Amino acid sequence: MMAGDIQNPIIRVRDITVQFGATRVLDGLNLDVKRGEILGFVGPSGAGKSVLTRTIIGLVPKVAGSIEVFGVDLDASGGAQRRGVERRWGVLFQQGALFSSLTVRQNIQFPMREYLRVSQRLMDEITMAKLTMVGLKPEVAERFPSELSGGMIKRVALARALSLDPDLVFLDEPTSGLDPIGAGDFDELVRTLQRTLGLTVFMVTHDLDSLYTACDRIAVLGNGKIIAAGSMADMQASQHPWLRQYFHGKRARAVMG
Amino acid sequence: MSGDPKLERIAKGNALALCATGTWTARFAPVLERMVADAEKLAGSPQSIFIDVSDVAKLDTFGAWLIERLRRSLTQGAVEAQIAGLSTNYSSLVDEVRRVRATPVVETSAVTITGMLEQIGRAVSGVAGTVAGLVDMLGAVLAASGRVLIHPRSLRLTSTVHHLEQVCWRAVPIIVLITFLIGCIIAQQGIFHFRRFGADIFVVDMLGVLVLREIGVLLVAIMVAGRSGSAYTAELGSMKMREEIDALRTMGFDPIEVLVLPRMLALVLALPILAFLGAMAALYGGGLVAWLYGGVDPEAFLLRLRDAISIDHFIVGIVKAPVMAAVIGIVACVEGLAVQGSAESLGQHTTSSVVKGIFFVIVMDGVFAIFFASIGM
Repeated sequence: MMAGDIQNPIIRVRDITVQFGATRVLDGLNLDVKRGEILGFVGPSGAGKSVLTRTIIGLVPKVAGSIEVFGVDLDASGGAQRRGVERRWGVLFQQGALFSSLTVRQNIQFPMREYLRVSQRLMDEITMAKLTMVGLKPEVAERFPSELSGGMIKRVALARALSLDPDLVFLDEPTSGLDPIGAGDFDELVRTLQRTLGLTVFMVTHDLDSLYTACDRIAVLGNGKIIAAGSMADMQASQHPWLRQYFHGKRARAVMG
Repeated sequence: MSGDPKLERIAKGNALALCATGTWTARFAPVLERMVADAEKLAGSPQSIFIDVSDVAKLDTFGAWLIERLRRSLTQGAVEAQIAGLSTNYSSLVDEVRRVRATPVVETSAVTITGMLEQIGRAVSGVAGTVAGLVDMLGAVLAASGRVLIHPRSLRLTSTVHHLEQVCWRAVPIIVLITFLIGCIIAQQGIFHFRRFGADIFVVDMLGVLVLREIGVLLVAIMVAGRSGSAYTAELGSMKMREEIDALRTMGFDPIEVLVLPRMLALVLALPILAFLGAMAALYGGGLVAWLYGGVDPEAFLLRLRDAISIDHFIVGIVKAPVMAAVIGIVACVEGLAVQGSAESLGQHTTSSVVKGIFFVIVMDGVFAIFFASIGM
């Protein structure tokens, strides 16, 4: 890694505006994600957290603003350069978005098959390695997504997101729909993977536990802008009414013990 | 030290030492794999084996696994291969891949003669299952209609009207257009061949009988099976996939009553209407061609038509329509509710809904032909 990379943010979002019809969802939003950190992204339901994620990865068109990922302006880049960026990130969708007609093994191997020229043996071995990393047994490999539980789907989806060893992963509500123990394991897993693989993680979440245990930094979305960004301590010190309610509410106190 | 990865052998007396350098990442995976495969073949029985990774510039899961694979294959007997010079950044990654159990993937067996025979056997025994499924659904639909007759307010009127709009009103343009064209073609072909015998006018007889008895309803039924049968299967199938049907059941609703009955009712009402419109469009198209191409003017056409056909022909055609609609609807709903969790399964069932629907429509048409012949209509 070059020294300059550490200074520059891995994602740099400037003055992003996204509009659906007359509703302005994001309004001149700025956000930086630093290399190697786990950024927790919170905000009220319907504030546009998923919209921002989908805008960064290019699924939602924006009206104005610029997005740089790995120092590449995504609007200015096309073709090979754009694919090069996409190859370096992995996305975990809220519902998993596994290909339902492929087995777990084929799902994880799908990006490898497209982007890498490696032998079937190596792909199988790497698949097993990824399954082990996300805490699944090798037997799961031949099952279809419809035969998996909700937690397993999230884990397989994470394994697929990690299949090309990306530098950056987007997790959209990774712990929603998991039981507290499963969610705790998942947070731990994200932490471990971030350490072992040197990942940068952009995590949209509603889970206070995840924010406490997994995230290095927290950004809060409100009224189409980032209303606060900083460490957990900064969030708790903030006087913003929504933040006070969120981080000092009944559930937050329960988490903090 | 970034750049192309290398794996070099360093002579160290009785020990085997390998020195890995460069970038060991997914991008170089093919090169790495070849190098590791070559290194695995290194002969000799050294007293100790070292893999020096201190000069590896970048390591990811692919690289870490290949080093681990090399370590495992070099480890023979009492001599265990050691990884040396691992930087702290990457030690947790290497530890992680060390936990991986290399379980060989069981390949599914290739096509064999017994396998093919087994498939044929399963397909044949599946036919009985298909028929049983259709009869089952017919029974369930009749039972649900019975309940609705007793409590008319439990009929989902809004849903029925919505489906009626989808399968009837919105189908009118395409059905009328296609039957019109078919009428034109029948008349043109008839005139072309009958003219040689000077029997031009008999094209009206042929057109009237053919369209009203057979073509009108059969063609429309086949189009409806393709257009609406497939839509029913896809709708019910995706509801099944997303557990919406289970949700209905747990709330105490009968999916047959809520989902299947309105669709069936809409189809049974729609097909006679469409068959009638189709028959009229075909007669109109035929008449137009007879006039413009065959020189049979409209008055002569109508006069001849009145002589050639009776109300029986019309009844024979239109009576078949609701029965065919019921067959299409039942096949579509059975297939829709049989969809499993995958997108592939949805596609398979939608295909077989249309194929079976058209097949049964033609079988029904044959049965009706025998029936009407034996009662002399």
